[in-house]
Amino acid sequence: MTRTNVNKSFRAHLLNKLQTDYRFDNRKKEEYRDIKVELGVISKAEGSCRVTLGDTIVLAGTKLGIERPYPDRPDTGSITVNAELLPMSSPDFESGPPGIQSIELARVVDRSIREGGAIDFKKLSIEHGEKAWFVFIDIVSMNNDGNLMDAACLAATGALLNTKYPNVKDGIIDYKNHGKDLEIEAQPLLVTVNKIGDSLFVDALRAEEPYIEARLSIGILDDKGTICALQKGGTTPFTEEEIAKALDLAILKSKELRKALKGGKTGKK
Amino acid sequence: MSKVLFEPKQIVVPGETLAEGMDNLPGEGTFRDGDKIVANVLGLMNVKGRLISLIPLSGKYKPKRDDVIIGRVTDIASKGWIVNINCAYHAMITLKDATSDFIPKDANLSKYYDVGDYVLAKIVKVTSQNLIDLSMRDPRFKKLDGGRLIEINTTKVPRVIGKAASMISMIKEKTGCRIFVGQNGLVWLKGEPKGENVAAEAILKIERESHLSGLTDQIEKFIVKSLK
Repeated sequence: MTRTNVNKSFRAHLLNKLQTDYRFDNRKKEEYRDIKVELGVISKAEGSCRVTLGDTIVLAGTKLGIERPYPDRPDTGSITVNAELLPMSSPDFESGPPGIQSIELARVVDRSIREGGAIDFKKLSIEHGEKAWFVFIDIVSMNNDGNLMDAACLAATGALLNTKYPNVKDGIIDYKNHGKDLEIEAQPLLVTVNKIGDSLFVDALRAEEPYIEARLSIGILDDKGTICALQKGGTTPFTEEEIAKALDLAILKSKELRKALKGGKTGKK
Repeated sequence: MSKVLFEPKQIVVPGETLAEGMDNLPGEGTFRDGDKIVANVLGLMNVKGRLISLIPLSGKYKPKRDDVIIGRVTDIASKGWIVNINCAYHAMITLKDATSDFIPKDANLSKYYDVGDYVLAKIVKVTSQNLIDLSMRDPRFKKLDGGRLIEINTTKVPRVIGKAASMISMIKEKTGCRIFVGQNGLVWLKGEPKGENVAAEAILKIERESHLSGLTDQIEKFIVKSLK
C-alpha cells in the first residue's frame, strides 16, 4: 500500500482517536479483536486452519510432497510458504503476479517458521540425498480488514499443528489416507506493533493501515517470550525505547494468540 | 397481447423475464430483448403505468444528476481536479465549478484541493459516455477536514437519511457528531471519540437492519444505550 497520498487531516483525527484510546471499533490501542481458530477445515489438504480476527479471515493449508533434497543439504527436507491475497478479499488487491504485500507476508511467515525451528528439517529426510518430505504452506486471504500478517502466521502455525503425513506405498503417495502427525517442535506466532505519531498499537484495522508510519512484526516462540523473527516496515524509524515497549507488548499479546490457538476447534477431517 | 409476469415488490434476479409484449416500457434496471423486458439487477419489481423498473437491492453506485456525493481527489489536471466518487467512472471538477473564490491564472491548484483530499460535491452533469461533472459552487460543498469515512451500500442511503432526514438528524443530535451522507454510499463523520464510534455503529446497524419497521426508534434506543 502506498503512503504517498495520505490525507493529513484524516491522519490527525486518527491520531487523536488513538491518543484518547477510542479506536474506530471502540477498542483500546493494545487490544486484539476476537480471535477464532478452526483447525482441519480443508479435507483435501494435509493440514489446514482458518483464522478469524474480527472481520479479517485468513485460510492456510499444507501439502506434503516427496522431492530430492538440495545437493548441499542431502539429509534435510524443507518448507515453502506461498501467500495469495485474493482480489475478492479487498478492493486494494489486484489479480496477477504476486505483489509486494503478498511476497512480504509469505517471507515473514516463512522466516518465523524456519528460524523459529517449528519443524526439524532433518526429520523430514527419507533417504540420504535422494528423498525427503517438503512441506508446502499456502496462505490465502478470504477477507481483509487489516492485520493480515498476524492472522496469516497464526493460520500457518495452526495448519502445521494439524498436518498428518500421507501414506506412502511403493514410492507413490496416497493422499487419501493419512498416518502419523507431522512433528512440530515450536509454535511461532507473529505480533505486529504499529506506530502512528508516538502511539503504538496492535491489530490494525484496514481503515487505520494507510496511516501507519512504521510497523514491527515480532515472531514469538513461547510464553517465555523467545523471539525468532523480526520485520520492520514503513518509512519512519522506531526509537530504542519504542522497540523495547513494542517487544514487551508483543510478548504479552502473543500469550493471547497462543491461548486462541490452543482453544482452536478441530473440524471433521 | 402483453403480460406483466411479476407482482410489484416481488424480488427478481438478473435475467428473469419481467414482461412480454410491446405495451410496456423498460425502466431503470431492465432492458428490452425482442418483445420481452428482462431484469438487469437483483431488485424489487416496480410498475408505474406502462413503465417497468426495478429498485436495486445491491450494487455499485450509478451517478445521477443532482446527487450530493463524497469523493476523493485522485489527480490534478490542467483544467481542474479528477475525483474518485466510488463508482466505475471518474468525475471531474473544473476550475470554474471548484470554488466561489477567484482562482488566478497560474495558481498552484494543490492549494485548493490536494491529491488525497475528500470533498463534498454535487453532480451537475452525467453524459451518455459517463463523463461526470461535479460542482462545489455552493457554501455547503467543501473540503472535508479530518474525521473518518465509512462505506455503506448505496441502496441503503435513503434509509440512513430517513424520511425528511429524520434518521440522520436524530443521530446527529444524540451523538453530537457532524455527519455527511453521500448518495454514493460514503458517509463522513466527525465528533468526540465516543459519540463518533456510536454514530458509526448506528449507521452500520441501519444498513444491516434496513428492512425492519420502526427503525428510527430502535436506533434511538441503541444510541442512548451505547452512550451510557
